[in-house]
Amino acid sequence: MTAICFYFQIHQPFRLKNYRFFDIGNDHYYYDDFANDEIITRIARRSYLPANQMLLDMIKENGKKFKVAFSISGTALEQLELYVPEFIDSMKELAATGCVEFLSETYAHSLSALEDVEEFVAQVKAHDEKIYQIFGQKPKVFRNTELIYSDDIAAMVSSMGFKGAITDGAKHILGWKSPNYLYNSAAAPKLKLLLKNAKLSDDIAFRFSNTEWASYPLTADKYIDWISQLPQEEQIVNLFMNYETFGELQPEHSGIFNFMKALPRFAAEKGVQFWTPSEIMTKLKPVSELTVPSPISWADEARDTSAWLGNMLQQEAVKKLYSIGERVRLCNDKRIKQDWNYLQASDHFFYMSTKHNSDGNVHSHYSPYDSPYTAFTNYMNVLSDFMIRVEAQYPSDIDNEELSALLLTIKNQAEEIEALNREVELMRNNIVKDLTGDFADDKPAPKKAEPKKEEKAECKKAPAKKCAAKKAPAKKAAKKAEK
Amino acid sequence: MFGWEFPPHILGGLGTASFGLTKGIVENGDMDITFVIPKPWGDEPKEYAKIIGANTTPVVWRDVNWDHVQSRIGNVMDPQLYYDLRNHIYSDFNYLHTNDLGCIEFSGRYPDNLLEELNNYSIVAGVIARTVDFDVIHSHDWLTYPAGIHAKQVTGKPFVIHVHATDFDRSRGNVNPTVFAIEKDGMNFADHIITVSNLTRRTVIEKYGIDPSKVSTVHNAVEPLSEEYLNVTVPPKHDKVVTFLGRITMQKGPEYFVEAAAQVLQKVKNVQFVMAGGGDMMEKMIRLAARRGIAERFHFAGFLKGKQVYEMLKASDVFIMPSVSEPFGISPLEAMQMGVPSIISKQSGCAEILNNVIKVDYWDIDAMANAIYSIITYPAMYRELSEHGLAEVDQIRWKYAGKKCIDIYKRLIH
Repeated sequence: MTAICFYFQIHQPFRLKNYRFFDIGNDHYYYDDFANDEIITRIARRSYLPANQMLLDMIKENGKKFKVAFSISGTALEQLELYVPEFIDSMKELAATGCVEFLSETYAHSLSALEDVEEFVAQVKAHDEKIYQIFGQKPKVFRNTELIYSDDIAAMVSSMGFKGAITDGAKHILGWKSPNYLYNSAAAPKLKLLLKNAKLSDDIAFRFSNTEWASYPLTADKYIDWISQLPQEEQIVNLFMNYETFGELQPEHSGIFNFMKALPRFAAEKGVQFWTPSEIMTKLKPVSELTVPSPISWADEARDTSAWLGNMLQQEAVKKLYSIGERVRLCNDKRIKQDWNYLQASDHFFYMSTKHNSDGNVHSHYSPYDSPYTAFTNYMNVLSDFMIRVEAQYPSDIDNEELSALLLTIKNQAEEIEALNREVELMRNNIVKDLTGDFADDKPAPKKAEPKKEEKAECKKAPAKKCAAKKAPAKKAAKKAEK
Repeated sequence: MFGWEFPPHILGGLGTASFGLTKGIVENGDMDITFVIPKPWGDEPKEYAKIIGANTTPVVWRDVNWDHVQSRIGNVMDPQLYYDLRNHIYSDFNYLHTNDLGCIEFSGRYPDNLLEELNNYSIVAGVIARTVDFDVIHSHDWLTYPAGIHAKQVTGKPFVIHVHATDFDRSRGNVNPTVFAIEKDGMNFADHIITVSNLTRRTVIEKYGIDPSKVSTVHNAVEPLSEEYLNVTVPPKHDKVVTFLGRITMQKGPEYFVEAAAQVLQKVKNVQFVMAGGGDMMEKMIRLAARRGIAERFHFAGFLKGKQVYEMLKASDVFIMPSVSEPFGISPLEAMQMGVPSIISKQSGCAEILNNVIKVDYWDIDAMANAIYSIITYPAMYRELSEHGLAEVDQIRWKYAGKKCIDIYKRLIH
């Protein structure tokens, strides 16, 4: 065993407030600010902030040999900026050590990779810009919402210029293969793949403080022992987990922070290193290709997309949402764009799951609603209102192509008008100069007639007021000049 | 078993549940049931239990010949049984009003002199208990507890009571002291108490002060619907229909339904609300609907029975049961069998076993209106609830409930 790769996910959705059908068409604010503030602040205090401090200490103590990777969704970043700005500073400090790699993902932690290619590309771009803007890093490795991955997604991601992606080591995909190697995609051979080692990741994320677990208590030397005893030829162990594992899922008193802090020392003893995803992708060569015809993820027992798209409620909500995607992208309204992002968070659909048993418990644990039906109703009420607003921007009886042609025409004309206005202004000045006799030039004379015609034509199109307003200052200027 | 109602002549859910359980027990095999009801009509299904009518059980010796007995009660009882019963008259009841066969008349309903009828039923039970051979006594609801106690005193056999409802449910807390006393007496004498939900179980334990170890929950179930009911046809409709089906009484929370309807109608117009059933709050509800200005969209369909119920359900898009206190509540299960999405109050016993329904607090009119709106507006919501509800209710069978009952009997006998 050569190396451990730690990757942490940070994501929070903008939870919706109780939005009744009466509010449709009347109330355009959808979010439960109190809950969102309370939850992110609580998790940051208990988990994100102390965990950041822990990582910083570990990096400092181990002379930069300890490295980790993060993916932080755009919505989580927005909430953290808003409610826990000190976290952003602490993250910047971590980033400055050079031992932290930021991964790319969709801005809204959305399902767009499955539903809307254009939206997907736009969101990934928006997310990476935000990461660059805050942390000064350009993500090179992609990780999709909840590790959702398929051949189709691989092709998209590869064409967007990413050299690698990370996903789940789902058993039904791997079969006899081990997740502890670097793979590449069969659909896009250039795209390298890192797979989550479910057993070792969940030992930390879910079983660490479980007293009924046979291996309880888990200590750092025991854990590193397990890893170092893996076959020599296996190269990497990918430990992927939610960041709130530290302090929230595994409370501080369980000793999780001390466990982590002790890892590098034992790892060093056994010669196990810590690598970031892009480091692995540079250092190692893929051992084999992986074919993933239908999407996988790291959620639920099934490790597929049924956590978000498993029942009719979820399918209907997602379908309705993305049915207006193209229309929304034509809009320029900032608030519509923002709501569009927030409504895409996969969490909203996660809450609508009607699964039972242990999967169902996970869904209801995270859900702010008492039942999937309430979750659906609330979301659909909000979406109905949102769709009314989009409709109000551009009525739906004009189809998208026509609308986009019209918008293009308007944009072109606006640019043309501006250019012509500038020309007119220039001409006027020349005329003034002519009249005052500063210059005597033959050439402008024939041109003079031309712009004037244009100007008249424009006046017909543009609102009368604007025309008058533009003329007035010009006249004044002329008069002044005469005096 | 002692019961008050048996299909097809039923007045509420008690008869349906008593019959379902009887059938469920028999389906498990190795169990013969004698079912005593006040007044059989002759068209009761006889394949699961031997039915004895209290009104055909003699308590006063009359010298009557076979032919007379045959002509008088042959449609409901074998004359031989009449003579067997007559041989076990245990006391002089000449002071009672009896007919030419020496039997007491019963209405089999809930008359004003109900307590007198209860007492007579208990006298008759003494005769039956002395005649019929059995191992366990099982009494359905408070009306038959005194009869069960009597039978226990006569024979010393284990006595089980089945609590389909308590007076706390019926009265929203204003308990009738006489009824309470009868219920409490039954519970004290019972060797085991079966409740139809955990909700009722808690009531029995907390309000009646009963030892929890002798109270078990056996949830009610439903009979699979016949082809006839499944295939009922209804005229095409233009509006969505939201239906309330049940007695219009304080216990059922009808006023919350009217208020929720008023809210929904402010937003959507193409929806009709139906309140089917009768009860002492009906007039008040008609006035309330008028006061909210929704009378033209709010209909009172009266008491429905048999096939009419399923026609109404077939025509419905939403079924709602906002009961303030419902020991079990079988009607949402029937709605689910017809594929109708259901909204039920969290204060209903059936909420304990149902997943594919919407549960709201009975007082939460906002949530109720929101749920109604959601089902009639979003097709996915309707389909999800309809299809999964159907699949779920298909697994709730009397046979399983019967098995639990048998297990309880066995514990008492051995």
